[in-house]
Amino acid sequence: MDPVVWFFVLGVVAGLARSDLRVPAAIYDLLSILLLLAIGLKGGVELARQPISGLLPQIGAVLAMGFALPLLLFPVARFLVGLARADAASLAAHYGSVSVATYAVGVAYLGARNIEFDAQLPLLLVLLEVPAIIVGILLARGIDGATKWGKLLHEIFLGKSVVLLVGGLAIGWASGADGIGPLEPLFFDLFKGFLALFLLEMGLIAASQSKSLRSRGLQLILFGVLAPIPLAAIGAVIGVAIGLSIGGTTLLAILAGSASYIAAPAAMRIAVPEANPALSLTASLGVTFPFNIFVGIPLYFTLASWLHRGMG
Amino acid sequence: MHQETRKLLTIVTESALETELCDELTRLGAGGYTVTDARGRGSRGVRDAGWASSGNIRIEVICDARVADRIAAHLRDRYYSDYAMILYLSDVSVLRPEKF
Repeated sequence: MDPVVWFFVLGVVAGLARSDLRVPAAIYDLLSILLLLAIGLKGGVELARQPISGLLPQIGAVLAMGFALPLLLFPVARFLVGLARADAASLAAHYGSVSVATYAVGVAYLGARNIEFDAQLPLLLVLLEVPAIIVGILLARGIDGATKWGKLLHEIFLGKSVVLLVGGLAIGWASGADGIGPLEPLFFDLFKGFLALFLLEMGLIAASQSKSLRSRGLQLILFGVLAPIPLAAIGAVIGVAIGLSIGGTTLLAILAGSASYIAAPAAMRIAVPEANPALSLTASLGVTFPFNIFVGIPLYFTLASWLHRGMG
Repeated sequence: MHQETRKLLTIVTESALETELCDELTRLGAGGYTVTDARGRGSRGVRDAGWASSGNIRIEVICDARVADRIAAHLRDRYYSDYAMILYLSDVSVLRPEKF
């Protein structure tokens, strides 16, 4: 087990035991900014080494996956979990979108095993953030004209994570490896340290979800544990089909199997106010995130390796 | 010193609403407002401001009674059913009535 994951456990234990430990909101913001920029910069530097034109088919396939996943999830949430329409649409948006923290733990997992992954993964990460949120809003609202799309799209596309990831990619791409060199100690060498602190806070937040988890019962826990596996399998199959390496396939599976807890909750709260925000957040943060970092990531890596062996 | 009475309208609600609410306050005639981060507990559970989406804000507006009524009615119709929001009015004395 990667040591960073234990920081998450520490956070959960401290939260459940009602310790007075708190990560100040400003520090949490700084950590998320550093992680998002580091992921973007790393991707930008790698992308600068290769021609971008060859990526278009991959971009198309991943975007299609981003739109398709919430459409698959909605009927499951609506009829198997038995949620109201707005809640089911919100849950589909959360699970169709992606979690950057889960991705970062995946990067750390691969790094500890010296497994390379494709340069374009951070770009694919950005592409997967947005489509599911738009589909989720459409599923809840229909096309009724009452939704203020201009404002909403501004919120979605200019959200912190998209801006920082795209900005990092652009800066990394324009500067190249040599240009970024002086920034490496902050963004790359300290990446795991930042991630550890970030996960400590994630643990505290996850612990604060435990109460609403108890009141939601078994169905939500089952959904949170069972949904990521087929989603990640879809991601892994697409990863192999578009020619990603084992590392890249693993990360695409992680992205597909992860659930958003920052971009999606903020957008759904504004766009679909009648959806219960605690429901999706509890499933995504309280169940799926821990599941993915403990069980999911190793499982998706095994799946990716197995698929590659089967193909090769 | 001459003092005049105005309404102090205080709104405590989810931080997700900040941008939208501040636009609306201006549109409904508030000359200004003050926003502070807040945390607490209410009918929708503990909102501890541990991170962005669980935070509350407190918005204070000083205005005349007509604008205060208009804002209060609008917020009640638009937000009460779906969002964590409370709102209360009180009388305050101000020294420069032309500002409010």
